[in-house]
Amino acid sequence: MNMISLTNISKSFHVGKASQFVAVNDVSLDIEPGKVTILKGPSGSGKTTLMTLIGCMARPTSGRIVLSGMRAAWMASEEPAGVEITSLPERFLNDIRRRTFGFVFQQFNLLKGISVLENVMLPAYPTGEDHREFAKRAGVLLEQFSIARHASSPVEWLSGGELQRVAIARALINDPSVIIADEPTAHLDTALSREFMTIVGTLKKAGKTILIASHDPIVFDSPLADRVVEMRDGVITSSGPKP
Amino acid sequence: MNRTIERHKNILEFSLSSLLRRKTKNASLLAIYTLIVFAIASLLFFLSAMKREALLILKDAPDMVVQRMEAGRQDLVPLSYAKEIAALRGVREVKPRLWGYYYDSPSGGNLTVMTAEMPAGFIKIGSGVSRLRRATAADVIVLQSYDNEVPLMLEIEEVLPYESELAAADLVIMSELDFRKLFKFPQGHATDLALTVANPRELSTLAGKIVDKFPDARPILKSEMLRTYDSIFDWRGGMMLVMMIAAVLSFIIFAWDRATGLSAEERKEIGILKSIGWETSDVLLLKFWEGAVISLSAFFFGVIAAYVHVYFFSAPLFQPVLKGWSVLYPQFKLVPAVDTYQLGVLFFLTVAPYTFATIIPCWRAATIDPDAAMRS
Repeated sequence: MNMISLTNISKSFHVGKASQFVAVNDVSLDIEPGKVTILKGPSGSGKTTLMTLIGCMARPTSGRIVLSGMRAAWMASEEPAGVEITSLPERFLNDIRRRTFGFVFQQFNLLKGISVLENVMLPAYPTGEDHREFAKRAGVLLEQFSIARHASSPVEWLSGGELQRVAIARALINDPSVIIADEPTAHLDTALSREFMTIVGTLKKAGKTILIASHDPIVFDSPLADRVVEMRDGVITSSGPKP
Repeated sequence: MNRTIERHKNILEFSLSSLLRRKTKNASLLAIYTLIVFAIASLLFFLSAMKREALLILKDAPDMVVQRMEAGRQDLVPLSYAKEIAALRGVREVKPRLWGYYYDSPSGGNLTVMTAEMPAGFIKIGSGVSRLRRATAADVIVLQSYDNEVPLMLEIEEVLPYESELAAADLVIMSELDFRKLFKFPQGHATDLALTVANPRELSTLAGKIVDKFPDARPILKSEMLRTYDSIFDWRGGMMLVMMIAAVLSFIIFAWDRATGLSAEERKEIGILKSIGWETSDVLLLKFWEGAVISLSAFFFGVIAAYVHVYFFSAPLFQPVLKGWSVLYPQFKLVPAVDTYQLGVLFFLTVAPYTFATIIPCWRAATIDPDAAMRS
């Protein structure tokens, strides 16, 4: 069973206006669970847009996205055929996003002025989970990524590599099954980029499905990559061999 | 249910950390906000307490006071009026009263002089007079009589107790004989007449009868006295309020600017929160708590400070305006009289607008697509 299945997905912006453009055009793709899938392509090729659609951050203009092997709070049981997420109301979509996906952004998108620990716990605040529970989990993640000593420091005191690790810890706080990373090595030097890929290896070993958009050879040439999907001008030019 | 409470607790906790990030800005906002609430609450507490004091004083006031007018000015009442009024049906008692004001040139204070059944040569004085003249029981006070003859030497029998200070600070009580000597007050006349009636509901009918009989008489009902006290304090309160409007307005502008002007950084933060799984309602809840923490804290700090200011220190900041102008300021502790309705209104006028003013501008920012942060 595919974890994420995209069928004829298109996304247009500024529909009906002179500035209308198609960012993703008729893309069909299956993403395997527990594998590392890389979306490779130049800037403007539609990688980020495709990832926002998969991560329930935006809706496609047309097409279907089906998620399998997940169970949201509002579901009585796991749907064997998967859930078609494109037609879900925002509230349900948010719930799926929170539980299923962890995001690592190009700019890290950490909140300045609050501590590392609070930044990591941020996605868990609105879930209604007991604070002690997710604080404990955050502590474990900080230990795991060797940044526990910075737990109470504001994020602006941290180096680029440490920020990256905080961002990854934050993505993992709700224990998602899918990690989506958008150009995660764009602001890192070679050593830190390799360190990032080591973390990806650990996550893969832990059974996470990983989806990375990147045009960095350290990422797409990595032996960890199970599949490299190439995009250009909103379409898939090479979907690579299925793992 | 538990999850809902936890969600509120978690978001409230985060809103506190979030507020601490802009310590100086939020602390200055809280300080100004508290000051405004403090000023308005002090005013409310003070007026409530003063009205309560006034009502207590008027509780023992006569049902009606009859004055005589001479060309529109108050004049002395012949005692013959008292006899004729006492004969009217429904009048229980008529008491001619002697009272007046004495300008005490050595101290520059204006004293209220009244009479009571007491031996000639003795007086009772209010504690304000006692302070002013630095005299206490058994001391002798000299008052210059109006006939310019020998000054009156009066021995203080008693200094009136502290509790009666508001009404009696400037009071001098003496015998009728000394009073008439002091002011060269004509025999057979009184300052006014105090009436007690059998049925207070007949007061206005009785007042009509008195005016019919004596067209130069002016009856003043107890309810009218109450109204006068009320309007005096309301007027003074109003004056104070006008002075505060400038401060309140500047605060509103400041708060509005603070609350509505979402900085680019705040917008970015909202975008980040949305992108990591916060819903629009979570962001609004966060902003609600941020506004509520500031406004509720300001409300409570302001009200507590006002309570202490008014009831523990007798409102030193407002006394000159609210208690009138005098050399003889009463010194007294106000008895707490909290008008919950007014306090409720103050709560809604201070807490609610700020809290909502904080949420509304966030609404637009919070409804952005979560993918916006992905593209920043």
